[in-house]
Amino acid sequence: MSEQDYLKDISEIKDLMNRSSRFISLSGLSGIFAGLYALIGAAVAYWLVMNSGREYLILDGKIFRLIMLDLFLIALLSVGTAIFLTTKKARKEGVKMWDSSTRRLLLNFLIPLVAGGIYILIILNQSKYGQTGALMLIFYGLALINASKYTVGNIRYLGVVEILLGLICAVYPGYGFWLWVLGFGVMHIVYGTMMYIKERKK
Amino acid sequence: MGIIDNINKLFDHRIRLGIMSILAVNDNADFNRLKELLNVTDGNLASHLKALEKEAYILVEKQFIGRKPNTSYSATKLGKAEFKKHINALEKLIRKE
Repeated sequence: MSEQDYLKDISEIKDLMNRSSRFISLSGLSGIFAGLYALIGAAVAYWLVMNSGREYLILDGKIFRLIMLDLFLIALLSVGTAIFLTTKKARKEGVKMWDSSTRRLLLNFLIPLVAGGIYILIILNQSKYGQTGALMLIFYGLALINASKYTVGNIRYLGVVEILLGLICAVYPGYGFWLWVLGFGVMHIVYGTMMYIKERKK
Repeated sequence: MGIIDNINKLFDHRIRLGIMSILAVNDNADFNRLKELLNVTDGNLASHLKALEKEAYILVEKQFIGRKPNTSYSATKLGKAEFKKHINALEKLIRKE
């Protein structure tokens, strides 16, 4: 065998290892969209609270329920767009969307996220809502880091940034809203754009 | 001892090398998953799996999922060690030339 053959062997090994163990079709564009939805949603929430007559949020009442609906819509739209764009990308690349690497990625992403979500709902019921923003950022960051082992791209670093923002948010709960905007809005757009540029280059 | 000694003849084939690459990073994989990733026919894949099994590089486990028979493959300690040796030898060869 010649050097060329050995090189080909090595690149084939690498390719198979990646394809068999990691989900590779995550679309950068879906990150940009998630960030935009978060920014729009945050603007809506800001407007709702400012027009409620108070400058802060109380737990029961119409405004609070509207903000919960707002959050739910952001999440739903982000996930929907991600599924749509990723399916499209997977089809273009000729890989299967739903195989064991996808399942592993989703499962490991959802474990910290669902645990965090339930925890937040529990403490909201106990009227401890000062830390909600911080907890959302921290648990989301942990979910990203946990999922990063099963996909390509640098979502691990995005996860670290989210956790740092969450910890800052825990110290200064008064800035919770702005840190949330930074973490879920701006960071997604920055990260999505970086991914998108990388995809385009290939 | 030359580095050529560590080049494993058994891995000199694209499909066998592929099977080992997949099993090196996954706890296990079933027949269909291997087939899909390697893009080969049933008979072809089966014969290469047999060869690796004969050398005890991989472990074969037959089970039933519901009513369907399912064969799952995993790399043995020996298989992983040999694969690692082979890759190191490949790397050395390339760097040397």
